Amino acid sequence: MRWIKPLLLVLAMGLVALPASALAQGRADTLVVVTEVGPNMLDIHAPGANRPSYQASWNIYDRLITFGNKTLKDGSKMYDYASLKPELAESWQVAPDSTSVVFKLRKDAKFHDGSPVTAHDVKWSYDRAVTVGGFPTFQMKAGSLEKPDQFEVVDDYTFRVKLLRRDKLTLPDMGVPVAVIINSKLAKQHATAQDPWAVEWVKQNDAGGGAYKIESWKPGQETVYARFDDWKSGPAPKIRRVIVREIPSAGTRRAMLEKGDADISFDLPPKDFAEIAKEDKLKVTGIPIENSHRYLGMNVVKPPFSNLKVRQAVAHVLPYEKIFSTAFFGRGILLPTPVASNTFGYDPKLYPYKMGDPARAKQLMAEAGYPSGFETPLFLDAGRATTDEPSAALIQEALAQIGIKTTIEKIPAANWRANQGKKEMPLFVDQFGGWLNYPEYFFFWNYHGQNATFNVSSYVNPEMDKWIDAARFETDQKKYADEVREMQKVAMRDIPRLPYVQLYLDVAMQKSVTGYQYWFHIQLDFRQLAKS
Amino acid sequence: MARRLGAAAPGLVGVVVVTFFLMRALPGDPAAYFAGNAASKEAIEQVRAKLGLDKSLPEQFVVYVRDLARGDLGQSVTTGQPVRAEMLARLPASLELTLTALLLAVAIALPAGVLAATRPGSLVDQAVRVLTTAGVSLPTFFTGLLLVYVFYYLLGWAPSPTGRLDSLFPTPPTLTGFYLADSLLARDLEIFRACLRQLALPAVTMALFVMAPLARMTRASMLGVLGSDFIRTARASGLAGGTVLWTYAFRNAMLPVVTTLGMIFSFMLGANVLVEKVFAWPGIGSFALEALLASDYAPVQGFILTMATLYVLLNLGIDILYGLIDPRVRIEA
Amino acid sequence: MTTAALRHARYVVTENPVTLVAFSMLLGLLVLALLGPVVAPYDPLKSDTANTLKPPSARHWFGTDQLGRDMLSRVMVATRLDMAIAFSAVALSFAVGSLAGACAGVFGGWTERVVSRISDTIMAFPLFVLAMGIVAALGNSVFNVILATAIINLPFYARMARAEANVRREAGFVEAARLSGNSTMRVLAMHIYPNCLPPMMVQASLNLGWAMLNAAGLAFIGLGVRPPTPEWGILVAEGASFILSGEWWIALFPGLALMSAVFCFNLMGDGLRDIMDPRRRT
Repeated sequence: MRWIKPLLLVLAMGLVALPASALAQGRADTLVVVTEVGPNMLDIHAPGANRPSYQASWNIYDRLITFGNKTLKDGSKMYDYASLKPELAESWQVAPDSTSVVFKLRKDAKFHDGSPVTAHDVKWSYDRAVTVGGFPTFQMKAGSLEKPDQFEVVDDYTFRVKLLRRDKLTLPDMGVPVAVIINSKLAKQHATAQDPWAVEWVKQNDAGGGAYKIESWKPGQETVYARFDDWKSGPAPKIRRVIVREIPSAGTRRAMLEKGDADISFDLPPKDFAEIAKEDKLKVTGIPIENSHRYLGMNVVKPPFSNLKVRQAVAHVLPYEKIFSTAFFGRGILLPTPVASNTFGYDPKLYPYKMGDPARAKQLMAEAGYPSGFETPLFLDAGRATTDEPSAALIQEALAQIGIKTTIEKIPAANWRANQGKKEMPLFVDQFGGWLNYPEYFFFWNYHGQNATFNVSSYVNPEMDKWIDAARFETDQKKYADEVREMQKVAMRDIPRLPYVQLYLDVAMQKSVTGYQYWFHIQLDFRQLAKS
Repeated sequence: MARRLGAAAPGLVGVVVVTFFLMRALPGDPAAYFAGNAASKEAIEQVRAKLGLDKSLPEQFVVYVRDLARGDLGQSVTTGQPVRAEMLARLPASLELTLTALLLAVAIALPAGVLAATRPGSLVDQAVRVLTTAGVSLPTFFTGLLLVYVFYYLLGWAPSPTGRLDSLFPTPPTLTGFYLADSLLARDLEIFRACLRQLALPAVTMALFVMAPLARMTRASMLGVLGSDFIRTARASGLAGGTVLWTYAFRNAMLPVVTTLGMIFSFMLGANVLVEKVFAWPGIGSFALEALLASDYAPVQGFILTMATLYVLLNLGIDILYGLIDPRVRIEA
Repeated sequence: MTTAALRHARYVVTENPVTLVAFSMLLGLLVLALLGPVVAPYDPLKSDTANTLKPPSARHWFGTDQLGRDMLSRVMVATRLDMAIAFSAVALSFAVGSLAGACAGVFGGWTERVVSRISDTIMAFPLFVLAMGIVAALGNSVFNVILATAIINLPFYARMARAEANVRREAGFVEAARLSGNSTMRVLAMHIYPNCLPPMMVQASLNLGWAMLNAAGLAFIGLGVRPPTPEWGILVAEGASFILSGEWWIALFPGLALMSAVFCFNLMGDGLRDIMDPRRRT
């Protein structure tokens, strides 16, 4: 009821129309973020946690380590995957025989309820991440963090991790959103026999010790964060309060930014970013999303796309330039090869085909036994319709030239993953992005014979697997470069997919907002931001 | 009254059964969705078991009905909240919007209808007819967008179309759940005004759409009554024109209008979905829409059931209102 | 009698300029629906990446969209699909609803109970949401949109036909037909059913507009018609994201087309009612 007094005061003074100035004052250290969808859970380990939940989790929880940052040529800032920095851990030491790492925790760190952060909380959180199942367990495994007996409490402020193998991803994996440190004493009070990890409670409540705590959360409407003033794991954040509002319409989000009703947003179509960047009202920062691409996928085990010549014919007519300029408004990088522009091994010259050659494409179709073409559905994710629907329309038009008649099938976003998993789509537009910026990590999910969900084309080739497996644990830098090149050559020869663009992570903000930094999880970190 | 409720019961049972099976026919696999990125087949099966989707359909139905009997509408998997709590929190938002729109529509359509009926065939009559018909011909999603463009983007008169209240204002203490009423009860004119400003555009969008049937029904009903013998008698007895029109004719013309009102109200509750989507209104319609697109069964079932119950209650209310307007109805019943 | 009806129709049309406008608009829409693809100046699906998002001009009267497709052509070609959806949905619910309703009215008893139970159940649903659910469950296709729209309209026809048949069951001409040895089925088919139709035609014409709005609403939220097929609801949805960045023409013209079609149906329904309803003849 703090607000009643000043309000009555103002009313008593006879000033009825106050809002403008009062709101402006309230806004100076409040950041208003507009987004399409907000978090559905506050616990990133809970099954079904959506992407915006990663943002909530990232800001209300700390991890043992985090990443440093670097400044790019254009002055924008981004995290630096090559530099690991302390967060809850003050320091760490890899044992001389490389079989374990010992972390020293900072002694002044507290959770939001005031209790100290100890190694017991760290162990409980890591045990939880590797046993709770689903996505968090998978992500931990990517860094060879697999079972609870790897994690050991030495004393209240010392924590040891036994290493299963030498894996260059182990330490970076402790800095991803999944590796959060949860207040175990608080969570355990809400654990039950069926729910030993208190997922039901933690997904609804704040059990963290991060720089921000949840002030209020209305799922589907807004999340309000308040700065945690006892936070010790880094420089004190400047923004006192963050309001994340969920606005379903992109046009409204843009209008709110332009009217000054919102401070910052990721969620706009490329066209809006292109236009805002040209105007002078707001500022736009666009950094190519690391280790990601959009692509046209083809199912390699089912006719007609099981025929390599058909896939090559498609490559010869795919309208790269048109898609890049009209569907993405140039907000990205035209990328014809699998490895992204800011990932090791990027080399667009490895693209072996001639773009825009319908004559050659028709010849290939004839050789494949389809001189008059065929009919096929073309699938896309309705959740990405803003860019993928125009892309699909352009692809449809281009393929019609060589007799491939497509019908566009828009799959509701919620069902896309199930469709990926079934691997029955003959032709589809999709994307993938990897958190850890290593090319073999990307290939492991997308091109490897383990046939993960994201290998939607069902592509299996032992030759490819050999290069990926070799690159994953390679220590020799020159050999590593060769392996990454070979991976790409095979991918471009067999073309289970045709990458075409690496999108920017665009963010539009008021000019008064400073300190924005790109993160690999492509969510907003409130800690670096300030308003002048 | 009890008999009427009894007669409505089979309809509700039908709604429960149809909704349940319709939801199960939705494409997609919620288990795969909620198992998350990179989930293995086993992980998906685990989630499926957790959601109870590994049981047979009849078994799932029995579980559903048993929960329903306890007042448990299940849990939304997308928002992670119990559906009943979500419904209770969001229903006032939808009702506030719908009622405001309805009031607005009545305030304009009834006088317009009466006006048109007193001068059938005149220019006023034609104008009312064309205007109200134009209103009902507007797709609500299009009107909403257009209003936002003109009044928020171009003119800057309306606040940003983002829900019920700018979050820089505190939510008024909850008594009724209707922000307008709550802010008045708290004697806070500032918040009342802020709520009203948020409410204006979506309410106008909806009101435009429902004005036509109301005006049309009022006009037709008034015409019928005005042409009847007792009005002619009243006029012949030298009663003043205004008294005849409002006291005698209008009251008698109200019956069919009230019926239309009831139908319109239940129609609006359903049509809310599109308006709520355009204006980011945190009502139950937008909630159900998101859930439907995510194959999240429980909220959609909860929404439809809530609506069906409201519909039944509404019809009861109309019956009671009938009795108040026309005592003959009470005697017949 | 026919000439009298015609004379009355002419009277209504000339007496009521609004109805005249409505009928001419309907004629225009029908012509567009028939000839749209032929008279459209451009191929509605042909992209032209050199001319994207151009405002209305002499070359492109309604401007172009994100892929440089001509909006005028897209709006014109969409007429057929939108009209087809509205007409078939209404025809379907009219046919099924009126038959079921007439049977319920004539036979009463068991038939009547089943028909009114089904109607009650449908009516207890929030209708638009039921339509959403049906299309989402059965799949995104034009046929399912028609089916969903038909289903949610069914009760109106069924109830109306039942009431009309109920009234006519005791009417003199029906009694006469029955007494002269006709079977119940024959009385229903030859005497009661045809006489229930006229008032229902009015309902149908009023319903056309609503059916069209319903289908467009479904398309707007991404259910029903598949892109890049031009359809007014989808076109508005596509244009919605461009309105606030100043490209108002992409949403405006299909929105106006949709509005005027619905407007025309509604006015026509009014006009038809004037023609059909003898009580309103003054």
